[in-house]
Amino acid sequence: MLIVIYRKVFFTLTGLLVLLSLASILFFGLKLGTDFTGGVLAEVRYSAARPTASELAQSLDAAGLSGYSMRESQNNAFTIRAGNISSEMRAKIPAAVSIGGKYPSSIERFTEIGPIIGVELRNKSLVALGLVLLCILFYIAFVFRKVSEPVSSWIYGVIALITLLHDVIVPAGFFALLGHFFGAQVDTLFVTAILTILGFSIHDTIVVFDRTRENLRINKESRRKEDFEVTAGHSLNQTFVRSVNTSVTVLISLGALFFMGPESTQDFALTLIVGIIAGTYSSIALATPLLVAYERFRAKRT
Amino acid sequence: MWKYRLWALVILLLGGLLGWYVYHSQVTGSRPFRLGLDLSGGTQLIYKADLNAIAGGDVNESMNALRDTIERRVNIFGVAEPLVQTEKGGTLAGEAQQRLIVELPGVTDTEKAIAMIGATPTLEFRMLKDGATVPEEGQPIADIDALFEPAAVTGKNVERAELQFGNGGGLANEATVVLHFNSEGKQIFADLTGKNVGKIFGIFLDGVPISTPVIREAIPDGTAVISGNFTPDSAKELVRNLNYGALPVPIELLTTETVGGTLGGEAVKDGIMAGLWGIGAVALFMVLWYRLPGLVAVIALSLYIIANLAIFKLLPVTLTAAGIAGFILSIGMAVDANILIFERMKEELKAGKNTRDAIHDGFARAWLSIRDSNISSMITAVILFWFGTSLIKGFALVFGLGVLVSMLTAISISRTFLLSLGIAAEKGFARFLFGSGVK
Repeated sequence: MLIVIYRKVFFTLTGLLVLLSLASILFFGLKLGTDFTGGVLAEVRYSAARPTASELAQSLDAAGLSGYSMRESQNNAFTIRAGNISSEMRAKIPAAVSIGGKYPSSIERFTEIGPIIGVELRNKSLVALGLVLLCILFYIAFVFRKVSEPVSSWIYGVIALITLLHDVIVPAGFFALLGHFFGAQVDTLFVTAILTILGFSIHDTIVVFDRTRENLRINKESRRKEDFEVTAGHSLNQTFVRSVNTSVTVLISLGALFFMGPESTQDFALTLIVGIIAGTYSSIALATPLLVAYERFRAKRT
Repeated sequence: MWKYRLWALVILLLGGLLGWYVYHSQVTGSRPFRLGLDLSGGTQLIYKADLNAIAGGDVNESMNALRDTIERRVNIFGVAEPLVQTEKGGTLAGEAQQRLIVELPGVTDTEKAIAMIGATPTLEFRMLKDGATVPEEGQPIADIDALFEPAAVTGKNVERAELQFGNGGGLANEATVVLHFNSEGKQIFADLTGKNVGKIFGIFLDGVPISTPVIREAIPDGTAVISGNFTPDSAKELVRNLNYGALPVPIELLTTETVGGTLGGEAVKDGIMAGLWGIGAVALFMVLWYRLPGLVAVIALSLYIIANLAIFKLLPVTLTAAGIAGFILSIGMAVDANILIFERMKEELKAGKNTRDAIHDGFARAWLSIRDSNISSMITAVILFWFGTSLIKGFALVFGLGVLVSMLTAISISRTFLLSLGIAAEKGFARFLFGSGVK
């Protein structure tokens, strides 16, 4: 398998991708959304003409709203975000966004999250993330519980975790980019997407490793001498098409969701698309090459 | 083979029936899909209940009374199918809270929704602390807990209120409001008044003391008279509000979420479009890549979709935008098992087996991989369901159900169909139908 032979090229590529993603997270930062910070999110839709951004800002300033941000969205609408507001302020918003009735409008979405709920959702997401990682760790330990040669089982597990890390960093870096240029914010749906990616991408890696171990066993039973590199490459070859095809069908349906689906789940679909591409890439171009590299390293030392 | 053909026929018939049910119950409206507020339009309000004045054991009871009261209140306003439920939360934010979740479908004006709930008065009873000065009736007080301590009797013990004239010991025709306690409240109130003769008893409405009488003697008959400078009209309004239900504990608004009907309708339309395109494209891919087995996978996928839609109706599952996204994602993942099997089948064909043996062995050998790959997705779905907000729960439920149902459809159903075709060729056209990529 080419990927195993030219693994250094792929390591460089993967390293570059991870570095770029980390840089994106560091420089652009992940912007926390209303879900996590608490505050107000309103989507105002105009039935006829839409006021300019400065007109709207002027009107909102006059109404006494402060510390808000807004962006134009599809369907002749504005999305306004602000911190928590008083009930008097809330009552003033419909008039303020229609600029005293000059631009007929309707508030199509209005979400206000109290600060406590924001903190709670943030902590809940962290706990859920921790739990999924823990469960996957147990799952990996379970799958690789049998002793294996020449590479011991726990190395498979560690490599599976490394690919998992890659699969989370890449979509997170991409999302930071999306946040910087298109104002996407990290919300509970983003966390859901990341957790779904974790669940999906781990099994791709496991399937390839399972096949490697199966082939190693068959070789041993038939007393055939074969280089570890060759066996691993051969196993990758055998599982390659299914890895790609299972991802392709998921990507097809996610593509439909992204292009045709509701606006509210577009960022979600995009994060999943990036994560699943990253997950498939890592299980093919990172997992097995890492395994071979480790075996080589170990063989040289002894 | 005839056994498989019979089964295949039975499965097709069942699928057809189920499909007819899904369609029929939708067009006639006898059992439509249940849509969440973000799709149907409506408002969700989450309140925090202030239970400082309630003893530990009474918390559940008070929350139930609170829920019933709000439910009555909402029903008066004629909201169709409102949902009022209580929830414990906040432990992860460092402050345990009792919460009340109110969902009002069709109410797309946040202010109106808040006013609907907010118009419900809160009725509380408290005892004046020893040595504290009696505050003026009808005036809000700054720190209620400094002056008063909670009384054993609470708003949930009030059965009904009644308007009476000249009962308060003042002017002969002064309007008074008489509270009638329920049987439990009657007992508590009798004890309370018996033990605290000579002390000041405070009746609070929305945190304002409306009456602070001195307890002269034990009151065994379970009535309390509020004589708080009422006009006949204000007394009448209070009685009406109390009878519709006064809140047993004060509540505070934590979050609101309103989605307009237009936006929700568009989300449904877009969701259906995305679903159809997703199904079509996945089906096309499967047929082009895997030929005849691909076609069988498409039939299994159709049955998967029908079965899932029927489950959504029967459970029922409340569909949200995130839930629809989960369903569309699951369509792509449902054929995963088929891909695993077909790839394995191709390996068996390459090894020189005839198609029937390849089918048998392919299914048997792919099973472990299928089980393992579904386990990791199920882990995610279960944890998301456990921790998620209602939005995320919607996704997790649909996604998890999808994983389970797809294991059934992709494995047993496609296996039955493939075997029922009864092709056991070793070469020729039939082998072409099975062996894309097999030389």
